[in-house]
Amino acid sequence: MIELDDLDRGILRALALDGRLGAGELGRRLGLSQPAAWRRVKRLQEAGVLAGQRLVVDRAALGFGVTVFLGVKLATKGRVSLEDFERAVTAIPEVQVVQHVLGLFDYRLRVVARDIADFERVLRRRILTLPGVGQVEANVLLTEERRPGPIG
Amino acid sequence: MQIDDTDRRVLRQLMAEPGLAMADLAERAGVTQATCWRRIERLTESGVIKAQQAVIDWRALGYGVEVSLRFSLDKTDPRAFDDFIDAAREVPEVIGIETFLGRVDLRLNVIARDMAQYQEIYRRRILTLPHIADIEALMLIATIKDSDGVPL
Repeated sequence: MIELDDLDRGILRALALDGRLGAGELGRRLGLSQPAAWRRVKRLQEAGVLAGQRLVVDRAALGFGVTVFLGVKLATKGRVSLEDFERAVTAIPEVQVVQHVLGLFDYRLRVVARDIADFERVLRRRILTLPGVGQVEANVLLTEERRPGPIG
Repeated sequence: MQIDDTDRRVLRQLMAEPGLAMADLAERAGVTQATCWRRIERLTESGVIKAQQAVIDWRALGYGVEVSLRFSLDKTDPRAFDDFIDAAREVPEVIGIETFLGRVDLRLNVIARDMAQYQEIYRRRILTLPHIADIEALMLIATIKDSDGVPL
């Protein structure tokens, strides 16, 4: 496993806020030459620590005013139904996140919708008709905050 | 801000693959590079695009355990949410904080190197957070889908 020093952590912290920063700017901020910063970024990418980029958008401005987290319990269990469920749920465009979990539920889903009426449509037509779906619990997202994590 | 079809085309491609170079992005969206660049500038200035961030894979840094902790708070104290969130921000292993409308008030995403470290964090840093009425844990087995995109 990759070992990090303070400069690597500094690079990760900076890129976690702004993924578009180039090696030149990263180097200036951390007191490294551009090639040295580039080599470190490259090493973090190769180790899989830097795993791509995400675009953070104002969902409400794009007409998606509602985000809901669903806990889903499957009614029937077994290898086949898990795969069927995952294939079907992943294909729903309003479903952003699908996580297989252990606990009160079998899956956590993050669903976006235009409004509550649109969410009801997605829930009834798309989610509740999924193969094997049982009990479903919905919680409407109010605020979210990403933290720097243990590199802070 | 008014979003037109060209904005939507650019955003759709950018959400699908945020790390894409401008030339490739313009080609996929079917616009010139200059248009593509101008549209992204405008969407960023108006706040529709909030940020582009690097995704850190915590597993690659040795954090093999991820738990979603769902809290109900004792809401008789009007400061319950603020106190809890302020205290949760002090825990480095907390990588996300979300608040909800529903049966669950709040969710923390917690990572740990292994179950022994998780138990340590849970006992010393989580159970000691203020105003907790109830906790449920969902342990992450696998992330099947993870996207920030909305279906434009």
